[in-house]
Amino acid sequence: MTEVALQAVELVRRIEGAVSHTLVNGIDLAVSKGEFVAITGPSGSGKSSLLYLLGLLDAPSEGEVMICGQPTSKLSESDRADVRLTKCGFVFQFHFLLPEFTSLDNVLLPMRAAGRMAEAEMRERGLALLDSLGLAEHANKRPNQLSGGQRQRVAIARALANRPEIIVADEPTGALDTASTEQVFSILRNIADKGQTVVVVTHDPALAARADRRIHIVDGKIAEITERGRGELVCEAVS
Amino acid sequence: MKLLFNIAWTHVSTRVRQTLVGMAGVSMGVGFTIMMAGLMQGSQIDFLRQLVDTMPHITVEDERRSVPTQPAEQEYAAVQMSDIANVGKRPGIRYSESVMSSLRSWIPGDVAPSAKTTAIVNHGGARIGITLSGIDPRREVQVSKLATQMREGKIDDLSRAPNGIIMGEALAEKLGVKTGNTVLLVGGQGVQLNSTVAGLYRSGLKRVDESQIYSLMGPAQVMMGQSGVINQLRLRLNDPMLAQKVAAQVEAQTGYKSVSWQEANADLLSSFTVRDFIVLTVMGAMLLTSSFATYNIISTITHEKRQDIAIMKSLGMREYAVRRIFIIEAAIIGVVGILFGWILGYLLCYGWSKITIFNPLTGATVPLQIYYSLAHYVIVGGISLVCCAGAAYFPARKATCVHPVEIIRGAS
Repeated sequence: MTEVALQAVELVRRIEGAVSHTLVNGIDLAVSKGEFVAITGPSGSGKSSLLYLLGLLDAPSEGEVMICGQPTSKLSESDRADVRLTKCGFVFQFHFLLPEFTSLDNVLLPMRAAGRMAEAEMRERGLALLDSLGLAEHANKRPNQLSGGQRQRVAIARALANRPEIIVADEPTGALDTASTEQVFSILRNIADKGQTVVVVTHDPALAARADRRIHIVDGKIAEITERGRGELVCEAVS
Repeated sequence: MKLLFNIAWTHVSTRVRQTLVGMAGVSMGVGFTIMMAGLMQGSQIDFLRQLVDTMPHITVEDERRSVPTQPAEQEYAAVQMSDIANVGKRPGIRYSESVMSSLRSWIPGDVAPSAKTTAIVNHGGARIGITLSGIDPRREVQVSKLATQMREGKIDDLSRAPNGIIMGEALAEKLGVKTGNTVLLVGGQGVQLNSTVAGLYRSGLKRVDESQIYSLMGPAQVMMGQSGVINQLRLRLNDPMLAQKVAAQVEAQTGYKSVSWQEANADLLSSFTVRDFIVLTVMGAMLLTSSFATYNIISTITHEKRQDIAIMKSLGMREYAVRRIFIIEAAIIGVVGILFGWILGYLLCYGWSKITIFNPLTGATVPLQIYYSLAHYVIVGGISLVCCAGAAYFPARKATCVHPVEIIRGAS
């Protein structure tokens, strides 16, 4: 039986106001360790909202998110921050690197915040990560000296810094050209193949098809789930 | 902490112009506040020094703080007596010599006797009311600065001239007399005494110079109509600030009213309290205003760095840690600003001390008195640092409270 890295149980995210709006509407989902899951759906379907809930960036109105079997709904904001720091790595559509820092310093940021390694060890790991993503010679460059694809790869290196169980990526190729998109997706695929769980939100059906599982969201609900290789619908949407 | 400091340092060092403006604001506030503190305290201390030098630190007079209660009043609660004439009560401090000997044995200073009375100086049609103090020149030098305040003649000249007197320069000018001239003193008992001006002094306090005349004991006692009477003891202490405490002890021992220089000038000292309050308020306002530059720069940085704040929080940095970055930035601006402010403050104090002004009290041109105190630098620096931290806290708190998802969504 495969180990579950990430699980959503009856997950609901509602925006309260004069007119309340439900972004995520009762989603049940389990992602295994080392699985590569792509979340797709039209704009406004709630796929990014679901991703933020899964990555503990946002708190659900109802339901539960379990990271490596640990429930998180009762955690304080500080404890959620700790879980994000150690168990989740984030990649966004825009790289969101700190502009005044070098690539290496950006990669070191989560490690320094966690403070679990010696400085020399951190630098060694940071350089190794950049090297593995083909950025060794760009370690001392600032983000404005890098191309879009390079910046996104630095952002991936930063997400991997603390060896998180789960990588969540929100349209990581949304602002990249075709070559960079291919490169970034290959890296994410590679990460999953090495045993880390990857959940990606994407608009690109071709890329989503390369995931182990594609979850299509419509109106905050799972409309269909497709598994790679089988090329067939395995789960009809909940009505 | 090193990470937070690195981020903070990067923020301030990449905004050189804004940072310098913030630091300049703090420096100006600190520098001018130190200058004001030095100037105000300097002038106050100088004034008090003149006051203390001119007057005896404690004056013991032959009166009581309140009328003594009568034996009948002590015995019966129903008895109340008032308007009791002290018939035949001889003025003066009883056994004054033994009282002085006793005081000399324990007070940290010295004591001298005097015979004090009021009189009118009558000269060439001018009639001016004065206080006449009969003194013992040998003992007087122990308790007053009269010897050093002499502008013409010496204290010893009192015994060389017939009925010699020493008056203030201001009074001599009013009367149009010089050393060696004779004036007529008229006492309360109708006693008239031709006195020779043996010398002139200048105390620095015009009200004293215009109304205080010194003579030997004899002539003063004659003017009082009471020979051999000592009605005032004047004490000078090694530390003038002990005057209140010692005065209370002297009063307890002798029973006579003992007035410290602080009590005698209570109205003046209370006006200093008001002045201190005003000055402190102005200085506080200056420091607060100077911290607005810091508020401005931190507000700008937090606004510009909304995305960075969101990303740091999303990566898992705690809110207080992110907030601390901006407090550290303000501290960097504050500490550097304060260091330059200290230098500016010292230079301003030094510059002011070179300015001379005409002092109408002493009639002399004197440099502005500046009081240099390490406490000024420490207190002003400390308050300024707190103001800077406060100025950073509010924009930092506002910026770091924002939910990262709101900013990340906004940027997408």
